[in-house]
Amino acid sequence: MDWTRIIVNALEASVGLQTVVFALAAIGLNVHVGYTGLLNFGQSGFLAVAAYGLAVTVATFDLPMWLGIIIGLAAAVVLALLLGIPTLRLRADYLAIVTIAAAEIIRLTVRSVTFEETFGGSDGRQAFAAGFYNLNPYPVNEYNIGRFGFNERQMWILTVGWILVGLSCLVVYLLMRSPWGRVLKAIREDEDAVRSLGKNVYAYKMQSLIIGGVLGCLGGFIYALGQASIQPDIFGTDTTFFAYTILILGGAARVGAPVVGAMIFWVILSLSDNILNEAIDAGYISPKVIATAEVGQVRFMIVGLLLMLLMIFRPQGIFGDRREIALDAR
Amino acid sequence: MPADNDHETIGSTDTTVTTQEAGSRRGQRDAAGVALAGVDHQPGAAKPDAILVADNIVRQFGGLRAVDVDHIEIQRGAITALIGPNGAGKTTFFNLLTGFDQPDEGTWSFGGRSLKGVAAHKVARMGMVRTFQLTKALSKLTVIENMRLGATGQKGENVFTALFRGLWGAQEREITERADDLLARFKLDTKREDFAGSLSGGQRKLLEMARALMVGPEMVMLDEPMAGVNPALTQSLLGHVKDLREDGMTVLFVEHDMDMVRDISDWVLVMAQGKVIAEGPPDAVMGDQRVIDAYLGSHHDAPLTEEDEQLVLAEAEEALERERAEAEKENQ
Ligand SMILES: Nc1ncnc2c1ncn2[C@@H]1O[C@H](COP(=O)(O)OP(=O)(O)OP(=O)(O)O)[C@@H](O)[C@H]1O
Ligand SMILES: [Mg+2]
Repeated sequence: MDWTRIIVNALEASVGLQTVVFALAAIGLNVHVGYTGLLNFGQSGFLAVAAYGLAVTVATFDLPMWLGIIIGLAAAVVLALLLGIPTLRLRADYLAIVTIAAAEIIRLTVRSVTFEETFGGSDGRQAFAAGFYNLNPYPVNEYNIGRFGFNERQMWILTVGWILVGLSCLVVYLLMRSPWGRVLKAIREDEDAVRSLGKNVYAYKMQSLIIGGVLGCLGGFIYALGQASIQPDIFGTDTTFFAYTILILGGAARVGAPVVGAMIFWVILSLSDNILNEAIDAGYISPKVIATAEVGQVRFMIVGLLLMLLMIFRPQGIFGDRREIALDAR
Repeated sequence: MPADNDHETIGSTDTTVTTQEAGSRRGQRDAAGVALAGVDHQPGAAKPDAILVADNIVRQFGGLRAVDVDHIEIQRGAITALIGPNGAGKTTFFNLLTGFDQPDEGTWSFGGRSLKGVAAHKVARMGMVRTFQLTKALSKLTVIENMRLGATGQKGENVFTALFRGLWGAQEREITERADDLLARFKLDTKREDFAGSLSGGQRKLLEMARALMVGPEMVMLDEPMAGVNPALTQSLLGHVKDLREDGMTVLFVEHDMDMVRDISDWVLVMAQGKVIAEGPPDAVMGDQRVIDAYLGSHHDAPLTEEDEQLVLAEAEEALERERAEAEKENQ
């Protein structure tokens, strides 16, 4: 078995494109679920409208990239308003139902044959990222330390991606230490108590939904630009549930938790994928037990197993505060 | 809590306040008493200076008319108790007045401004703040954060200014100072940094009351503020409630403990089956036959007479006998 390769792949996964995308998605989700207690099960919808906003503007309508980004951001805000206006006055479960449905509606709409000319059907959109890579300051090269490293295109998207992750964490940190963040956390605990103290709960929940949606949608841009291609099925419910897994791994309502959670999630997937494949190739695992084609599924089982162990031994997540969990038992 | 200490046990309770304090409180009480002296002891009586006026408030739950109040007025600057048996509609009435529930009919106003259709948070901002019968401590916030949350007009609660501590830091310090004063008054200062969820039931009641005061209300509505608070602390809490009146605040509170009601209230409203059936000063109300019938007298905790007791005993024995006989039959 080639352990160097396994470890290099894991290291690359820890800072790679998927980690950045899901860190951003989970940072936004953390604002919703972790801080405000809004059960948003449609985070993938926010990523989708941003990615498609950008891709369609550039690829379909041949307009500049900056306009595509503005349209993507605006679409995320509009989506938050559409989701929030009818549901935020109702009980929490309504938002959950509406968000999961909305995300699926978005996915099915962009993949439909009817709108194929605009959204590209199930093939999605390509050829919209040139504007982004034209700005690339890294000269064409391989940027390696030993076998670990990236090419200039990867370097550029990862640089931008990690800057966005850093800025998003900073914004969340600044907001959550403020009285505004205090109101959100209080809403998570008991809306009526907050109302009785003269706060407009509805307005705060709406702000939270918008901010978390916009932060999450940054992941959509990064994904689209990093792959230089998007397909509708990337934005299925899996994406949302990966973000939830990441949030639970890291520990909800902690600023850095989504980032570390995303790193761990993708490292585990990379490690299990590579180790299993190598072990099968080397004959340590009989193909009758796990065939190469099944590795993709088995690695998610491993993630699930680890998540269960985490819930048993560290229910607060990696960064969570044990005292808070103890309160739930009272 | 059932009204097990009924009208017979009503007596004066010793308060642990200094004579000077007691003197000034008595002064305030007298003021409220004088203002209310000429008022009819009839449900719906007009008050000389009413802060809260409600007309025709009806709230129906299916077939149940939980609240059906023709007319009430609450005197400004006085402590008014709202009493009545379990299920009388007191909490529902609170919910209606404070915008947490909407009545099927009715109009009501606070300080001359109509509250019909006004959202709960706006009612609070207008100066009428309530607490809840089932305490709503914000568990995963610390005690001091619970308190800070109560302050109104915070610059840092705007999402844009929130980003810059410079814009709200000074105000936050002022708020914290005020919160610390209140915490000390409510004997919660040692719990300052603890999660509110770790407090005991009685401490949560105290925290909720202190937090409501952070809003700086003109009127506080307390739903059973003393339930589960130990007697020694109850005394000091009573002192705080009297202090509120001292500060010119109006207090409306629900309470089942008649000692307490008699001790601090200037005026008492009695509700039964959704209606206000009597009102007046504590002594007058507690001697009122309607009240005794509707509330105290017919209460299930009322002691049984000897005859009743014998009857119940006989019935129980009979039932036992029957069961024994049946069991034997089955065994055979
Ligand atoms: N949401 C609701 N749905 C249906 N019925 C309700 C609802 N809320 C209250 N009720 C009913 O209305 C009546 C009045 O209830 P309420 O809670 O106001 O009583 P209360 O006077 O506060 O009693 P307690 O002293 O026990 O707190 C009760 O019979 C109750 O069952
Ligand atoms: Mg009640």
